[in-house]
Amino acid sequence: MAFLSYLINGLGLGSVYAIIALGYTMVYGIAKMLNFAHGDIIMIGAYAAFFALNAFHLPLLVAVLFSVAVCTVLGVLVERLAYKPLRQATSLSVLITAIGVSYFLQNSAQLLWSSATKVFPSVISGGALNLGGVSVSYLTLITVLVCIVVMTCLTLFINRTKTGSAMRACSEDKGAATLMGINVNRIISITFAIGSGLAAIAAVLLCATYPSVYPTLGSMPGIKAFTAAVFGGIGSVPGAFLGGLLLGVIEILAKAYISTQLSDAIVFTVLIIVLLIKPTGLLGRKISEKV
Amino acid sequence: MKKNIFASMFDQKHRSRTVTYLIVIVSYIVLEILMKTGNLSSLFTSLLVPVCAYIVAAIGLNLNVGFSGELNLGQAGFMSVGAFTGICVSGALGGLIPNTVVRLLASLIAGALMAAVFGYLIGVPVLKLQGDYLAIVTLAFGQIIKSVITNIYLGFDGTGFHMSFVDNKVKLEPGGKMLLNGPMGATGTDRIATFTVGVLLILAALVIVYNLIYSRSGRAIMAARDNRIAAESIGISVSKTKMLAFVVSASLAGAAGALFGLNYSTLLPNKFDFNMSILVLVYVVLGGLGNMTGTVTATVILVLLPELLRSLQDYRMLIYAVILISIMLISNNENMKVTAERLKKKLSRKNLKEAGNE
Amino acid sequence: MSEMNNRTPVLKVRDLGIDFGGLTAVNELNMTVYDREIYGLIGPNGAGKTTVFNMLTKVYTPTRGTIELCGVNTEKMNTVDVNKLGAARTFQNIRLFMKLSVLDNVKTGMHNKITYSPLEAVLRTKKYYAQEKEVDEKARELLKIFDLQDSADLIAGNLPYGAQRRLEIARALATEPKLLLLDEPAAGMNPQETAELMDVIRFVRDHFGIAILLIEHDMKLVMGICERITVLNYGMKLAEGTPEEIQADPQVVKAYLGE
Repeated sequence: MAFLSYLINGLGLGSVYAIIALGYTMVYGIAKMLNFAHGDIIMIGAYAAFFALNAFHLPLLVAVLFSVAVCTVLGVLVERLAYKPLRQATSLSVLITAIGVSYFLQNSAQLLWSSATKVFPSVISGGALNLGGVSVSYLTLITVLVCIVVMTCLTLFINRTKTGSAMRACSEDKGAATLMGINVNRIISITFAIGSGLAAIAAVLLCATYPSVYPTLGSMPGIKAFTAAVFGGIGSVPGAFLGGLLLGVIEILAKAYISTQLSDAIVFTVLIIVLLIKPTGLLGRKISEKV
Repeated sequence: MKKNIFASMFDQKHRSRTVTYLIVIVSYIVLEILMKTGNLSSLFTSLLVPVCAYIVAAIGLNLNVGFSGELNLGQAGFMSVGAFTGICVSGALGGLIPNTVVRLLASLIAGALMAAVFGYLIGVPVLKLQGDYLAIVTLAFGQIIKSVITNIYLGFDGTGFHMSFVDNKVKLEPGGKMLLNGPMGATGTDRIATFTVGVLLILAALVIVYNLIYSRSGRAIMAARDNRIAAESIGISVSKTKMLAFVVSASLAGAAGALFGLNYSTLLPNKFDFNMSILVLVYVVLGGLGNMTGTVTATVILVLLPELLRSLQDYRMLIYAVILISIMLISNNENMKVTAERLKKKLSRKNLKEAGNE
Repeated sequence: MSEMNNRTPVLKVRDLGIDFGGLTAVNELNMTVYDREIYGLIGPNGAGKTTVFNMLTKVYTPTRGTIELCGVNTEKMNTVDVNKLGAARTFQNIRLFMKLSVLDNVKTGMHNKITYSPLEAVLRTKKYYAQEKEVDEKARELLKIFDLQDSADLIAGNLPYGAQRRLEIARALATEPKLLLLDEPAAGMNPQETAELMDVIRFVRDHFGIAILLIEHDMKLVMGICERITVLNYGMKLAEGTPEEIQADPQVVKAYLGE
């Protein structure tokens, strides 16, 4: 029974990772860049939700929408100002720029709101549901549900809408997509908007579980979610979902059964083993070079 | 051959190398004079050894990222291995070798060797992967190393080393000393690192990397970077070649880490986190891939920049970030590139080879 | 075939075949290239010529059949081993080390002729200086053969197209092969350059005493310098023989011109 409840907690944490990983993977799939500032968008989302709830006393749903709006605008703005001029640059230049953006966001947050930890208000009541002897907190339940809804909507959007198919085209071949009349810049903006919006949702779920808000809040979940995205095969949307959930479960089980201190080491070891067996992640596509 | 040595120092092929050595030596002399005459603020003096360590780690990383073309996001992990190995060796040898310079050198070598061993072990799986997947695995190893060192308890007494993992079960005889305290890291370290040894380490790192680059191995490393399949078709074992670059890079990071660690009385394992790996990578990229002169100068400038901006207090890291982004945007701006190319051509009409290679 | 009997075979290919997924790209290929022979491999686009090269150099692993190079079965070998055994190649889509100098490109080809260790390089021992001097001289000699001596210090990526093709051959020769594989050496060259290339190929065969197997679409070049030719079509051997025999073969004419 203990195992089942660990598993469910793992799925809860994994859902948060999955939502963040979706942002990483979409940006990578379309813009072919590792956006290391993604974790800091989560942090800004957390502050936005915190102020909406604490200072403006908005209802939860409105606060979430406010946070999503802030992050979406921020994500698009960052892309326009910092990444768009670097479309032709080497991937290393883009990586360093993303790191610069990350520093910028973290230090702005520190200046604006100080480095002191703020306590995120309790938004989802602490009750639990009893499912055949295993108690599942409402929070975990909601987190998993949100993740499933997000994943479903995103899959439908990508596969069923015109914009979605344009996105798929861009991820295959930007040059050809341009020739087909697709506005690649617009598609990249939309991708950043969606990824950042998802980061805001992840931020609220994360803070509901770990209720502290501080400027470097996004770093570790960012790295973990990035790992999850690679785990599942970076660029693949179902891969990010699967990778996120697995990572969460592995982390919680490692903490429960092996060692809390070593859980990070175990998570990353599993990642390395997976990549050695499947060099492009669980659901990633094989890359081959024509000779 | 002997007669030509002096002239060949300044020929086309070796000019940038000579310039780099000169920059390091002249800076050393100037800084020593400033220090001896009391004209260097205590803040700057305290930064001298760390700057040397960062330069050495960055020179190593440039071999890996610039010449071998593999993005490594775990250089701090190797620095960490080197640092704590160096600290332990120095701590254990304290009674045996009273001379601090000899002890420091022994610790640097131990740090470099241990990091090289780790580099080899990690290189076996890492170098099977390519591109961004390789990068993420180096990041993962950096995290694993940090997390493992955070859980090591190591003590030394008359009967030898005593180690335990995760929980502290080390019991020492009277007179024994704890070298590593899990998450608390190393405490009470003898601060034996000196600026002079730091500069010597930089020079050694430069000699190693330059001599390697202008040799069979260096050509193979760059060939494997430029075209893996072609390199194999002419009999270059790409995996061996990349491993050489990876291990040398790791061992330089190890020596750098040992120098860094022996400069502080307390050192936390958390110091060597992902941010530090990124920091060193930034030095390399801003200095220019494959450009050692650039690596050295960029490291010095970027380590000092936040300190120079100290008067701006809270805004300094924000400005640092803005400068970082601006440099990337400006250096990748098409108009700027064209202007820079024109300038370059004017400056070095004759020296075409250097333009692309160094 | 009788005049070939006193020559030793450099390359023996028996029943060679490869499948990609369910698709058979090359099948039942038999071919023998003798010492000091210039041998042509021709066929329409997509016939599988480059795939044969990729199997010979172990970029691809064959699904069926055997390859014997200099009397040794290459079944368990990789690309590096095959080169060490004596086969060097050029590529259809030029694969130079674009950021290295022209001279260094050739020097990389001598990788396995140099015996000093990385440590000796770092310590700059006598052996290092002696071998580097030797390599430098040999590389410059090779460049001279391909009329590249004046470009030695240029970056390979800045060379004009024709010069890049020649440099690739020089680099392959630097490995001192017994069999040289040229994948469309005249592609993108004008008639003048092609004529010069023909002379160079003949010179290389005579000067180094090696066998040359080449893929080429320029029929003037193929018929002009090849002693024997194999025609591939849809991955299968369509015909084999001297240039005269091939030109007279009605099946070959059909494959090239259609019905």
